[in-house]
Amino acid sequence: MKGVLIAVALSFFSLFLLLPLVTVFAEALRKGWAVYLAALVEPDALFAIYLTLLVTAIAVPLNLIFGVTAAWTIAKFDFRGKQLLTTLIDLPFSVSPVIVGLMYVLIFGAQGWFGPWLMEHGVRIVFAVPGLVLATVFVTFPFVARELIPLMQAQGKEEEEAAVVLGASGWRTFWHVTLPNIKWGLIYGVVLCNARAMGEFGAVSVVSGHIRGQTNTLPLHVEILYNEYQFAAAFAVASLLALLALLTLVVKSWVEWRGR
Amino acid sequence: MSIRVQNIVKRFGDFVALDDVTLDFPTGELVGLLGPSGCGKTTLLRIIAGLESADRGQVFLDGGDASSAHVRERQVGFVFQHYALFRHMNVFDNVAFGLRVKPRRRRPPESEIRRRVRELLELVQLDWLAERYPPQLSGGQRQRVALARALAVEPRVLLLDEPFGALDAKVRKELRRWLRQLHDRLHITSIFVTHDQEEALEVSDRVVLMNQGRVEQVGTPEQVYEQPSTPFVYGFLGAVNLFHGRIDGQHLQVGVENLSLGQHEFQVGAEALGFVRPHELEIDTDLAQGSGLEARVERVLTLGATTRVDLVGADHAAGRHYEVELPRDRITALGLVVGQRVRLKPARIRLFSPPRPTERTPCAPDGDLVGGYGENI
Repeated sequence: MKGVLIAVALSFFSLFLLLPLVTVFAEALRKGWAVYLAALVEPDALFAIYLTLLVTAIAVPLNLIFGVTAAWTIAKFDFRGKQLLTTLIDLPFSVSPVIVGLMYVLIFGAQGWFGPWLMEHGVRIVFAVPGLVLATVFVTFPFVARELIPLMQAQGKEEEEAAVVLGASGWRTFWHVTLPNIKWGLIYGVVLCNARAMGEFGAVSVVSGHIRGQTNTLPLHVEILYNEYQFAAAFAVASLLALLALLTLVVKSWVEWRGR
Repeated sequence: MSIRVQNIVKRFGDFVALDDVTLDFPTGELVGLLGPSGCGKTTLLRIIAGLESADRGQVFLDGGDASSAHVRERQVGFVFQHYALFRHMNVFDNVAFGLRVKPRRRRPPESEIRRRVRELLELVQLDWLAERYPPQLSGGQRQRVALARALAVEPRVLLLDEPFGALDAKVRKELRRWLRQLHDRLHITSIFVTHDQEEALEVSDRVVLMNQGRVEQVGTPEQVYEQPSTPFVYGFLGAVNLFHGRIDGQHLQVGVENLSLGQHEFQVGAEALGFVRPHELEIDTDLAQGSGLEARVERVLTLGATTRVDLVGADHAAGRHYEVELPRDRITALGLVVGQRVRLKPARIRLFSPPRPTERTPCAPDGDLVGGYGENI
């Protein structure tokens, strides 16, 4: 029985997870290293890498701050509407990313609610970097908070109370008592948040407009190359994202191990 | 420093945790707040510390109104039930925390901090554990670190929330004695919360008994034990035998039998509850005697110098349980046998009026109470 279960699990894993991963690298290197490298250093690809890093570098710190604040509020205080806030944090998990993208187009797009006003003032949000950041922030919003809330709730607030009774300010209590206690959970949440931010396709795709060299992130660049039948190049770029995923797994396992 | 709380009221939703509590804690005393869980004692402690705010009433520290002062400004030492040690700091850093977070101009130099922490760790006899982390310590050690940490900031008062609640019986007893000695050395005004009557009686200068958000009695351990002012206090402070009857001159008429009373202020014919401690009950093997309550011996248990006899009421009082404590040699003289019928004669009865149904004080239904109202008899 045990053997059967292991066999089922392993074949499922190989077929649906391992095989695609191997395919990505096999296809990427099909035409040799030269083509592979050329696809990565081509200007549009380099820009896509830059843009992905830029969006991530803005979105992840924002969600880090928001996540810690939200988790702290929910775990350490009692207030009206706490349940509602907890539910809202999960919203991005339950809404399709494409809807998220559309939502931003409807709010900030040329025909949207604030579109005309923004145009007048020369601010571009949709089909520009701010739109990409907004969509990414929304989609990756729950990762840090979700990770921290149960952790902070389990730790209770006695240590914070002890610190305050001893005369520590709120800020000091946070840095010297709360933060060290949630360190590993926080890193874990940030790693997941980061992975999702770099890999996000749906929401970003809607608000991006696919302008090469201007609003193309890595996942969008892969799609464009693929649609243009440049398979080797598409897989080469995709392999970067796959490597990122593998790296995330390694860091995540390490954090889990250290956190214990 | 003295503490005074005045007309404190605190509600949590519909639950009244503290119902108009006024208390004085004189300078230098170690006071035990005693009561069953949910009686409001921890809430009161947290209000004094400033960790909780009262809905109404004031807290005076050293005569000054501290009701609106922030926890940080009250200069209290608080020891939490589950220690609340900073788990990522070692023992030394835990104790040093309060000194290191002081504003720069009031912060002692690091060398002075080191000296003070060493001194405190010696005081709690843990200087050899300075480098350890909280998870590597036993419960009793953690509690002592928590105490040293609270003392490090030289608090004006020390508040302890169930300080020994999470420890096993033996360590608990040791730490109790140790806390008493420590207090005798430092003389810092201290309040500690407990639900364990033995602990409160043994450690405190004075005991405050609380029940359902109200103060039932305040007094020295001897006073509250010997002269309980309410049935609740009587029941909570130790095992008790209860006799429900009617006053008949110098007797308490219980069913068809009667128990002799001393001086009392009850009217003839009034209903009354008689409380008798196990050591205040005498056993008479002569059944022909007119006074006393007939009962059957169920179990004789000798532990150390005293013997406990469990009895069950006979005839009309069948099903009621009684408990008697006698010196060991007295039992030998009586030669009690399980199943034997005897008469119970109280040497002293403390009378209370039965609670009216509207009263908040919970009381035993009638008659068959051995033990108290507490959870830890």
